[in-house]
Amino acid sequence: MNVLVAATVPDIVTFVICAVVVLSGGIGVVTSRNSVHAALSLVMTLFGIAVLFIEQHAYFLAAVQVIVYAGAIVVLFLFVIMFLGVDRQEDVRADPLKGQRPLALILVAVSLFGVLALAATANWVTGAHRVAGGLTAGHHTDTFLLGKSIFTTYLWAFEITAGLLVIAVVGAVVLARRPSRVHDQGPATTRTHLPGAPGAADDARDAAEVRG
Amino acid sequence: MSIGPAWYLALAAVLFALGAIGVMTRRNVLVMFMCIELMLNAANLTFVTFSRVLGDIGGQSLVFFVLVVAAAEVVVGLGVVVAIFRRRAAATADDLHGMKG
Repeated sequence: MNVLVAATVPDIVTFVICAVVVLSGGIGVVTSRNSVHAALSLVMTLFGIAVLFIEQHAYFLAAVQVIVYAGAIVVLFLFVIMFLGVDRQEDVRADPLKGQRPLALILVAVSLFGVLALAATANWVTGAHRVAGGLTAGHHTDTFLLGKSIFTTYLWAFEITAGLLVIAVVGAVVLARRPSRVHDQGPATTRTHLPGAPGAADDARDAAEVRG
Repeated sequence: MSIGPAWYLALAAVLFALGAIGVMTRRNVLVMFMCIELMLNAANLTFVTFSRVLGDIGGQSLVFFVLVVAAAEVVVGLGVVVAIFRRRAAATADDLHGMKG
């Protein structure tokens, strides 16, 4: 508990509140029947994580967390939920695989306890300090240091993420595109009712036949 | 002076466990994706904590890349979900046994 003595009271209060928010949001994601409620619980967790980032002086990442995660990814989730109309409730109690749920709980509990016990008892041996550049070099902000690190040390990885994003966009478009009917029902004919448009003459002839 | 790293790491471990439980027990594909996001966030919290402890900006850079990869993963994953839903109105992962031998 000596780590708590060194911290100030506002730090402790902030951490406790954020931990409660993060964990209750996570529990909400796991247990809520409605997908929309799960997405909103996910927003709660993400905001708690962002505040914990601020608490650890990672200001840029906190802003990016709110903008990208809570602003873009969750909105994408909600968009798909609304688009597909899957906001109907899921029967959480139905267990198609017998014994899967207790087995999963036991497995995760054992793993978590093992990790926590190891972290509490083992010696912490970490790598050398400041491999990629110091966190408090001079009077630079974390944004400056992060940008310098990304554009010098990790430039190649940064370029690859650009390629990854392009591939993801193309893949999403290909996957979510409505399959073209050209292969199914012959050439697609545009049957518009605009005068002069191809098909308008056919429409007029059809209408005449119906009347006659 | 902030709180020691052990508390952050314990919180991240518990959050990761929650996400793992969700992926293993839930059957709604969208909720499974959200639980994967929970696990990614737990890993991000660990990265930032170690970045602070070791005084190294590399951890924060890695969080940046994790964010990018998570965004790409969500985009492609939701595209797959939309494509599946277009063929069949299957709300759960158990209904997707089309490739079963």
